[in-house]
Amino acid sequence: MTAPFIADAETLAKAQPSRPRPTLRVLTCGSVDDGKSTLVGRLLYERQLIFDDQLAALRSDSLRHGTLGEEIDFALLVDGLEAEREQGITIDVAYRYFSTPARSFILADAPGHEQYTRNMATGASNAELAILLVDARKGLLTQTRRHATIASLLGVRHIVLAVNKMDLVDYDEAVFERIVGEFESVAASLAFRSVEAIPISARDGDNVVADSANMPWRDGPSLLTYLENADVETDGGDAPLRLPVQWVNRRSDAFRGFAGAIASGRLQVGDEIVAAASGRKTTIARIVAMGGDLFSAAAPDSVMVTFADEIDASRGDVLCHPTNRPNVADQFAAHLIWMSDESLLPGRSYLMKINGRSLAASVTDIKHKLDVDTGAKSAAKTLSLNEIGFCNVATAAPVAFDSYDENRTTGAFILIDRFSNATAAAGIIAFPLRRATNIHLQEQSVSKATRARLKHQTPAVLWFTGLSGAGKSTIANLVESKLVERHAHTLMLDGDNVRHGLNKDLGFTEADRVENIRRVGEVAKLMVDAGLIVLCAFISPFRAERRMVRTLVGEQEFIEIFIDAPLDVCKERDPKGLYKRALAGEIKNFTGVDQPYEAPEFPELKVSSAERSAEAIADQIIAYLEANGMLGV
Amino acid sequence: MPLTPHLRRLEAEAVFILREAVAEFRRPVMLYSIGKDSSVMLHLALKAFYPAKPPFPLLHVDTTWKFREMIAFRDQTAARVEMELIVHTNEDGRKRGVSPFTCSSSAYTQAMKTEALRQALNEGGFDAAFGGARRDEEKSRAKERIFSHRTASHGWDPKTQRPELWRIFNTRLGAGETMRIFPLSNWTETDVWDYIAAENIPVVPLYLAKERPVVRRNGAYIMVDDERFPLAPDEVVESRRVRFRTLGCYPLTGAIESEADTLEAIIAEMRQASTSERQGRLIDFDESASMERKKREGYF
Repeated sequence: MTAPFIADAETLAKAQPSRPRPTLRVLTCGSVDDGKSTLVGRLLYERQLIFDDQLAALRSDSLRHGTLGEEIDFALLVDGLEAEREQGITIDVAYRYFSTPARSFILADAPGHEQYTRNMATGASNAELAILLVDARKGLLTQTRRHATIASLLGVRHIVLAVNKMDLVDYDEAVFERIVGEFESVAASLAFRSVEAIPISARDGDNVVADSANMPWRDGPSLLTYLENADVETDGGDAPLRLPVQWVNRRSDAFRGFAGAIASGRLQVGDEIVAAASGRKTTIARIVAMGGDLFSAAAPDSVMVTFADEIDASRGDVLCHPTNRPNVADQFAAHLIWMSDESLLPGRSYLMKINGRSLAASVTDIKHKLDVDTGAKSAAKTLSLNEIGFCNVATAAPVAFDSYDENRTTGAFILIDRFSNATAAAGIIAFPLRRATNIHLQEQSVSKATRARLKHQTPAVLWFTGLSGAGKSTIANLVESKLVERHAHTLMLDGDNVRHGLNKDLGFTEADRVENIRRVGEVAKLMVDAGLIVLCAFISPFRAERRMVRTLVGEQEFIEIFIDAPLDVCKERDPKGLYKRALAGEIKNFTGVDQPYEAPEFPELKVSSAERSAEAIADQIIAYLEANGMLGV
Repeated sequence: MPLTPHLRRLEAEAVFILREAVAEFRRPVMLYSIGKDSSVMLHLALKAFYPAKPPFPLLHVDTTWKFREMIAFRDQTAARVEMELIVHTNEDGRKRGVSPFTCSSSAYTQAMKTEALRQALNEGGFDAAFGGARRDEEKSRAKERIFSHRTASHGWDPKTQRPELWRIFNTRLGAGETMRIFPLSNWTETDVWDYIAAENIPVVPLYLAKERPVVRRNGAYIMVDDERFPLAPDEVVESRRVRFRTLGCYPLTGAIESEADTLEAIIAEMRQASTSERQGRLIDFDESASMERKKREGYF
């Protein structure tokens, strides 16, 4: 922590009321019932920002849902959703807007309940200052520490510690000082640049807009005065240039404009710039705008530039000056805030969105889980909803990024679940991993194509998926025999056999099943490089993992064969007696019994083993390979 | 007049949102409702894609009960900006004679606005629709995302909204699902008028005070815009100097008495106002949470 508690006089001296300060984005947070919504309602009311018709609706709502009898319950002004009003809690982030002659404000009111922590993080992601409310009677709570930690992690550098409900502790200065002291020790391990503590009563308005007569011992500005003058100047314009390309405007052959919002820094016509990923250089020719070209622009402007040379840049590239470039790597360390009900599975392929680019990514290692209540770090195999972990992340291709500490735009990403499309995690990049920047692929003199040519075949992975008992191994064995008859070079990887060797350390939990498939995928890829036709027979119940292997091996060389058989038929067959044991509860996590099977949506081949013989199906697969020119090349 | 830093930041954000949607969606459309917010949104779109035209059509859901001046302004605007304009009316509702005079305001809104919008989005095969709604308008809107996900039946579920961090929008859609996108989410009514003044954006003259024929009904002045207006026996049409803070279907839109006949006067008047702009919207007052219910069903 650099500058713990800035003196009030110093802050005020820096203020220049004559010049309007830039819009301030404020987050209100703190534990449930500490009075956040009441404070926001009070601020709007005191500034006469509640209109007569809204006030009339509020009065009638207060009688119906309110907790203060005849009095106006300001919390109802912001708790807008029906479920919130019924339960008397804030579920979602609400945005409020108000202006004073000195400044415009955007307030994000974040929920206090633990199960909505992801929404708190959402509110914090765009905030410059956070008002952290504490109930004077209760002092710091677990949730207070949690919110302080999340705010700090998401780059909020300025905190107002609003000690609320002072009226209920007789406006006692000692109570206030004790809480401030406690918070100092919490803040010591966090990254705040300034902390201002203010004793208030949101319900009665003490120290909210005007100084409180009830707390003469308080020597400092009211909350609103402090917010109007708070200096949260980021070094936006002086920071290195980062312009992620958002959209390429190809109006005609002659015009090619690169559009994007400047994340940091400034640029002007004639500047030499670089597309970070490719390292290609060019010069800014024009900054195009409807009212006439501009000569220069700075963050946070949205611009459209043209280049002096034809260089290839597309959505997701980051433009920068040659002397100060972002990292470009395919592995980095990052904090993940898990936001999905479905837990993180290391190795699973997620969709990452970073600087406008979408690409496959996976978590390769969870280094530790962060206990936001105590700051303690512990080992973890997965992350569940609302948990925060420090992880190694790998992307399918190198991407340009900065550390989040340096840039809140180019250092942030989200992970999306490929099948539910839910936002699974928020990512905060710490640093690139050395091995990504230093290890270059060994260039080999004998290529995959050379090896394949020698074998007169096109190498590929035949991936047999389906329920246990569907006939995957039987059919794969038949196909392999027929291939060998045709002098093809093959290799068979079978679920049971692999688990006796390579994967004997793995069980059948969801996480282990993912790792099982990942290893098989890597082996299959090596064998394809060797020029072989690889037959893989695995239940592989999850679409995400099959997609992971498809991505790993390459779309052209991955042939997904869905051996379809109704569950009843498989149970009936039960060649290894496994269904019987699973149904008796002797085997856990058995596909089709207590773990789902996600059928392929677009397999290259789908065959029904209930309707046709294994022999006929094997012939059909051989015919498919011949039709696609994969044999006897 | 140069933009203030506040407006410049809002403009940059809205342009970013418009471009993001065009980069991510297959077939976006802009809901153009002719009012001041739509005028600002359209102007921002012209700026965002210049020198190209915005790469999407405009869509107006015509209830057949809009002010005549709005329709004239709509057609002039489409011609001026040289963009495709799709006008859609719920023909089934028209045949059944659904009108604000014969139905409850919620039944009318359901048929001629919500249902009509669903039809138009389905017919056009649009996967994303821009709307000019602002979070400061109404409580449930204050909690809506900028990129707001809709189910295949165009419903909104406030409890399963995706977290929206930084400016990284999750734009993924399942089969049949769509996205509503609100570039003006962070704008206030004051911001909209300040921007209109600064950028000299044309707006429907109904926003400016003028002598207009009105009747007093349910405590509001309703303009008698055409001969379809059924007068009650005790109602008298009078001429008053009025203007509108918000524009919708004329039988459901209350006018306010005003002398403000210039943009500057409107802005000055608004800064003094003691009622919210939606006060003139008769459809919002069915119940306190009525907007949230309409939105769940697919209303914009």
